[in-house]
Order: sequence, then C-alpha cells, then structure tokens
Amino acid sequence: MIVYIRVGVKLCRFRALDKGDSVTANPWDVSRVPGGSSGGSAAAVSARQCVVSLGSDTGGSVRQPASFCGVVGLKPTYGRVSRFGLMAYASSLDAIGCFGSSVADTGILLHAIAGHDRFDATSSKQLRVLHHVWYKCCKLSNLSLLANGCWQYLEVPNFLSHFDSASSLESKPLKGLRVGLIRETIEDGVDAGVVSAIRAAASHFEELGCSVNEVSLPSFSLGLPAYFVLALSESSSNLSLYDGIRYGNQVHADELDSLYGDSRAKGLGSEVKMRILMGTYALSAGYYDAYYKRAQQVRTIIRNSFKEALNQYDILISPAAPSVAYKIGEKKNDPLAMYAGDIMTGELLRVGHIFEQTLENCRFVPPIVADSTSAPLVNTIVQNIRKLLELNLESEYSIQLNASRIKVLQAQEDIVNSMKEVAAKELLKVAA
Amino acid sequence: MSYTMFRTFQVHPFLLYPTSILKRRNGFLYSTTIPKATQSSQTETKVSTSSQSKNLYKIPKDYEAVIGIETHVQLSTLTKAFCNCPYSYGSFPNSSICPVCMGLPGALPVLNNKVIEFAVKLGLALNCNLAFNSKFDRKQYFYPDLPKGYQISQFDVPIAASGFLDVDIPLEFGGGHKRFGITRVHMEEDAGKLMHTEKGNYSQVDLNRAGVPLLEIVSEPDMRNGIEAAEYAAEIQRLVRYLGVSNGNMQEGSLRCDVNVSVRPIGQSKFGTKVEVKNLNSFSSMSRAIDFEISRQVLLHSQGQEDQIVQETRLWEEGSQRTITMRKKEGLADYRYFPEPDLPSVILSQEYVDGIQTSLPELPEEKRRRYEKMGLGMQDVIFLANDKNIAEFFDATLAKGADAKSAANWIMSDIAAFMKNEKLTINDIKLTPEELSELIASIKGGIISGKIGKEILFELLAKGGSVKEIIEKKDLVQITDPVEIEKMVVKVIEENPKQLEQYRGGKTKLQGYFAGQVMKASKGKANPGLLNKILLEKLNSTT
Repeated sequence: MIVYIRVGVKLCRFRALDKGDSVTANPWDVSRVPGGSSGGSAAAVSARQCVVSLGSDTGGSVRQPASFCGVVGLKPTYGRVSRFGLMAYASSLDAIGCFGSSVADTGILLHAIAGHDRFDATSSKQLRVLHHVWYKCCKLSNLSLLANGCWQYLEVPNFLSHFDSASSLESKPLKGLRVGLIRETIEDGVDAGVVSAIRAAASHFEELGCSVNEVSLPSFSLGLPAYFVLALSESSSNLSLYDGIRYGNQVHADELDSLYGDSRAKGLGSEVKMRILMGTYALSAGYYDAYYKRAQQVRTIIRNSFKEALNQYDILISPAAPSVAYKIGEKKNDPLAMYAGDIMTGELLRVGHIFEQTLENCRFVPPIVADSTSAPLVNTIVQNIRKLLELNLESEYSIQLNASRIKVLQAQEDIVNSMKEVAAKELLKVAA
Repeated sequence: MSYTMFRTFQVHPFLLYPTSILKRRNGFLYSTTIPKATQSSQTETKVSTSSQSKNLYKIPKDYEAVIGIETHVQLSTLTKAFCNCPYSYGSFPNSSICPVCMGLPGALPVLNNKVIEFAVKLGLALNCNLAFNSKFDRKQYFYPDLPKGYQISQFDVPIAASGFLDVDIPLEFGGGHKRFGITRVHMEEDAGKLMHTEKGNYSQVDLNRAGVPLLEIVSEPDMRNGIEAAEYAAEIQRLVRYLGVSNGNMQEGSLRCDVNVSVRPIGQSKFGTKVEVKNLNSFSSMSRAIDFEISRQVLLHSQGQEDQIVQETRLWEEGSQRTITMRKKEGLADYRYFPEPDLPSVILSQEYVDGIQTSLPELPEEKRRRYEKMGLGMQDVIFLANDKNIAEFFDATLAKGADAKSAANWIMSDIAAFMKNEKLTINDIKLTPEELSELIASIKGGIISGKIGKEILFELLAKGGSVKEIIEKKDLVQITDPVEIEKMVVKVIEENPKQLEQYRGGKTKLQGYFAGQVMKASKGKANPGLLNKILLEKLNSTT
C-alpha cells in the first residue's frame, strides 16, 4: 500500500507546512510541528496511519521529524540508497531515509531500498540488491522476524537475520560495545531536558553492557556553517531546472530574462528563493574560494575527525535535536533559531554517518511487544493517548546515533520501549 | 598609401582578387534574409568588401593577426553522454529524449564510457598530456535549450592539455608545414536546438540534441591568417574522421568552429582586443570571415580608432560577406563553475591509455610524411591523405606491387573523375586495389597500351571484373610484332594516297592522321611507339 505523504513545501527544511490551507501537526500534540522536511511521513507513521514510510534526509530531514514525532528515523550512508527519482536538493548530501515505528520495521524498509542502482552514478557498488524483493515476516507482533526471500544477489548482508527474539537474549546483550557521547552536543544551547534524556540513555546503554565515555569532536560546531554553504550552493544549482520552460507555470513575458524571472518568482516559495539566492552568492566569481571551496575543506576536516572517533568507539550518540518539537508558529520569526536546531544534524555529512544496517548486534526486544496480548494493549495506548502524554514527553528526546558497525537506533528503541513498559504498568494499575 | 585607398573605398586596381581562395557566391540568393531596406547598401558593401579582402600577402606589414579557434566535435557514440537515448541528425523533434536528457526532477547523469575512450583517443592523436584524474564541473546559465539550467562540462581539469597539430598548407596557398598548439581538450554535453518562428512571438525547443557528447578543442592563438585557420579546421576534421570518433560534418553541426581574431602591431607582445566570430558553416566561410575581420580591425587601427574594437561576439553573414555585432556588450558571463556532485571523477590507468595508444590508426600527418618519402609530390600527398578510405585504397594497391607514382596518378585523375561524375565514394566503386595494381602491371609490362588501359579502367570502375578477363574477352592485347604493324601501315598508306602526297609535300602533321588510321585498323591495339617508328620509316621512304 502506498500513500502519498505531504512533505514540506519545496523541500523546506524545518517545518512541514503546506501551501497555505492546512498544516501538518505532530500527532502527539497537534499544536506542535512534526519536524521537517519529511514531517508528513514521520507524522503518518507516528499516528499509525501506515507501517513505514520514506523521507529524504540532507541535513537531518528524516532524523529531526522522527525525533519530534517519536518514531524511528534512519538516514543511511550517502550512496547506500539510490537517489534516482529523488528531487535533488544537495546532490552530495541527499539520502533517502526510512521511518518506522520500530527499528526492525525501519530495517526491513532499508533493506528493500538499499543497493547499487545503475541510474545513479553515486550509489555504492558495495551492495547489490534486486529492485523488487519479496520477503515474509512471521509473527510481526513478536518481532522475531524470519526473513524468507528470493534474494537473488547474495552480496546483501541479510540484516534481518540479526533480529533475535527477546527470549534468546542474555542479560547484557551489548557487552563490549564502545559508546561515545559527543560532548559538544550536550553543551550550551541544548535544552536541559534533552541533556538529561541523553544521560539517561547513556546509563541505559551501560546497563546493556556497553562502556560509555564522552568524546570531544572540536570541529563539530563547524558542521552547521559548512553544511549550509554546501547545501545551499548545490541546491541553487539543482533548483535551476524549475524554469517554467518545459513544465510548470510559465508566466508570459516580453523578454527571455523576464520569462525566467517571473515564472520562478511566482512558482517558488520564499524560503526556497532565499536558499537559491544564498547559494548563488556562495558560488559566484570572487566568492567561490571563500565559501564553497572553504566549506568543502571543512567538510574533510569534520569527516576525518569522525573517522578517528569511530576508530576508538563503535557508536557515537548524540541528541537528534536540541529541543522538543516546536509549537506551530513559535519559531517562525526567528530564522536563525530554526537553523540552530540544525546543529545536531548539521554535522552528519557524508561519511560522518556510516550507518550500517540496523540491529546487527542489538538483540534486546522489549517484552511488551513480544507478548501476544500486545495488540489490545497497543489500542489501549492509543485510546489513552492523552494520559500518556506526560509520560511520553521524555520519548520526544530521542537519540541520534552514529555507528560504524552497529545500527544503534535499537538503543532508542530500548529507551522508548522501556518507557512504554513503565507506562503500561501504570495503565494496568489504572485499569485494575 | 594603401590605407588611403581603404578610406575612399575604391577598388584598388592593383589588387589581385584571388578567386581560388575566395569563392564568391551570388549575393542575391541570400538577400531574402536581409530586409528590403538594406538591399541597396548591401550591393555597395559587396563592392567595398571585395576591395578590402586582400590577397593574404598584401596584409599590411605593420600588423599581424592573432587567431585562435575553438572547435566543438560531436562524438558518434551510439547513445548520448549521460543517458541511453540514441541520436541521429534530422530526426523528428523531441523523439529521442528521456527524463535524464530533458532535465526532469529526479534524473541523474551516468557517464557513457565511450566518451572517455574517444576523448583519450583524440587527446593522444593531438599529442596532448592526459589528466589521469579529471572531474566534471557544472557550467551554469539560463537558456531555453539548456534543460537543466547547467551544462556538464570540465573546467579546471580538462582530460587532455598542451598538445599540437601539424598541418600542410595546400600548395595553391603557399604550401609549407606548420605546427599549431592545442591548449586543451575537454568533454562536455551539447544543448538542444531552438527553432524560431517567422512571426517571432514564440520559439520552440527541440531537445533531441541535448546531452549529445561533445569534445571541445581549444587551440593556442597560433594562426596568423584565414588560410591557416581553415587548414587547421580541415585537419581537425580529417583527424576525427580518421579516428572514427565523429563524422566531422560542418553542415550537420557535428563539427563547429568559433574563431577569435585580434590584431596587433608587429613587434608588440601584448595581444590586441579579441573578437569572437560565430556562424561559420564551412572552411571557406571561416577563411573569408577571418580575412574580413582582420581587415576591419586593421582599418580601425590605422584610423586611430582601435578603442572601437570591443571584446564582443560577431556573426558572419554569408549573404553580405561581413561580420556584424551579435549583441551589445554584456560583460563577462559568470558561469559559477563548481564540481559536478552527481558524477565521480574520471580516473585513467596507464594500461587503459596504452591500450588506446596502440589501437590508434596511422594519423594523417604520419601518412603524409610517409608518402612524401616515397617520392610523391605534395599535391598528390595531400590528396591521398585527405580521405582515410582513399589512403587505404592507395596503400592496398601498393601492397600488391604497384609503384607509388602510377597508382597515385590513376587514383587522382581517372578514378577521382569517375567518382565525381557518378557521385560515388571510393568504397562504392567496383574497382578493387588488386585489379588496379594488375592494370598498372599490365601497362608497364607492355601487354596493353595506356589508352586501352583507360578504357579497361572505365569498365572496371563501372562493372568490376578482372583485368585479365577483360583483356581476353575483348582481345585487347597490344600488338607488338613489327611485322604485323608494318602490314597495317602499308595498307593504310596504300589506302590514302592523297594524304601521302600531302605529307611528302611538307605537311608532316599528317603523320598523326596516318597513326590514327592505323590505330583504328588495329582497334587500338598497336603499340604506339613501335607504330610511329615504322610509320615514320615508311612515310619517309620513297617507295
């Protein structure tokens, strides 16, 4: 079943706003935004309108709405998934990401879309996969997935074989995993609530057997400005094909320059126009060296620092966003504040994130969903959503994890599910 | 003195108008493109340009022209550069397009390997240094025939740079051997085509040509006059046809040249203001346009108005034989180059390059040097090396044992004339190199006479077959037996007593008449040398 999801106007970054009439809201609190730019997809999964959905992530456009809506969002490594068919924003940063209500679901979706595509010269040749892949999942409710499939190309590592059922887990399933908490992501500018949630997540990791340390990446703060210069420059170029000549609205004009100018002025939104202008400025003669070239050099520095850190640690964790979901309209007049919200995801440049597939090592599956009575329980949760709101506020502070070998959104899963566990116990008390 | 002549726009009586260089066309045929109001002025300017376009030796000694050429070669790959649409010239508009070459959202380019192979081939043939690690860049500007709003090209790291090209100037323009530098060769994609309507209130975009691979060859500003420039372009055409990377047709647009012309006083090292000239559809129009532009600039210089020469783009108008300003000065365009993020770098390995180097055919320059060594004259050399197929035919004939000079003569005279009349190429004629070589051997060996040989050739060209067969069938073997010839001579003399008397009376020219009669009697088979010897004997004897 494929459903069209409303995405932010012309790839608008941070809020999923439609053209004018209706606004996508966060299902947990309809006065708040779901995040952007793939907020619609995140909101749909969060409201259980669909099982999984796709979004595109350049500077956090999948991870931030996932965080705001309390679902699992995954941005694969650049090149893992083909970009052919994706409206290009920043060609060297774009990736198609997956949303799901659990890490396993997200993993299944990623598996279905990952692999080399001969129509995308930048897609990685290290994995090959058939475009249409069939697999059966037995007993989705207990999440012990057995993947049967007609895998034609065996080079795809069978991610799904790594999902084990809860009953088969030992007490410390992630023993030996080295986790690094990026210090710069919990310093100034970050909500106190976020910091405490991350610390709680870190201690949860320790309970699961990992060794958690703080790691400092001094070039981290350079990520946001570098990302913006690169993304805006590339997008100013990629958006130049919307000229009204071959398709779209063409405004009648007497001269060629006016034809282009008027058609694009009418057809593109104000945020997009601002980005195109900034990107054009950064690439223009006399400024290319100072902006674009410098940004690429900064990118290399950041990439190298991440690579080094990932030599010492298996996973790096940080919050996905420095705050909870904004109220709709709250940040409208403060553009920099909204861009500042990009700090957490801005550094996720190309190689910085080497998300391998989900759950290669993480086997903890919360008992709540493994239980066969989970279905009615889930319904009860949905019906009692208001009651759970306060309890679940913490779950909005989801964690964003970088991993070199291990897909660690499972850790987020752990947190969320352990909190759901607590909530379920409360409910039982209430119901009893 | 000659400058005052310019000023008054009179026809200089001592100027020779070299019709061999500049082929004039009837201007009237082209006047339909010029609005009626200027027709009268058009005829005036025609006369004045004829006085201004001078013989190349008469360019004022104080000035030298500096000419550089940018050539775009459309590669004859099966599919376009970044998608798998085929391309054929003249197909119905927008019949060969796909989302990638149309620039639809979500489409990504994927490079066609053949483009790299052809680029490396051409780079090696032009003696360039190859860049083993080059990349693509985006050249951004807005125009309706550019679907994506940017052209994928190469900016700072072209695939080949710093080469040279050797040419032989044709004899009628002075001959000689020249070497022109090549600045760079890079890969890029072509834009679509705009078709404008009569009324002018709309234009149409045809994207069949968008995405076709091009190689842009930029030359060093080494050319000094129109002839050199035209020869450079002709050599590029020869080269791309030899290599098989393009069909090099200027009419179809697979070879496009833009020239940059500037003049400076001799001795000055600083370049003058350079003017770009476009819309050159043939080598001769290139040469004429350059000469016109040189004389226009020299005129302005000599009048002290060199600041009137601005850096601009001018169009060559075939009808009025002059260059006109295309658009007002716009300032230098900023193309905002940056590396193409959708395409990985092009990395060449030494083995790959070596493989292509060994597969290169013998280039025109090498052929010319080899033919020269064989003792052929430059005229022959240039003709034979011009077309790869003719050169191969020639080489094949030589391989069968014929000698160079005879083979060259036959090919250049009779065979070329036949091809021209019948409008065939050398691959279409029925004559094979073996038979040509056989023919030459037969004539040399005295089996048949030269004249008979020509007749046989005609039949071979038209219908094929072998020399031996035709000789046998038509019984064309030369008569070399003196006794036989003597018999015929005597008979002819007997039959023509009146002419004999006239001859004996002093009209020695009648020998030709007798010879002709004997030839007729022998059906052309008599050996001419022997025939004349015996005839002379008989005529001058008293019996």
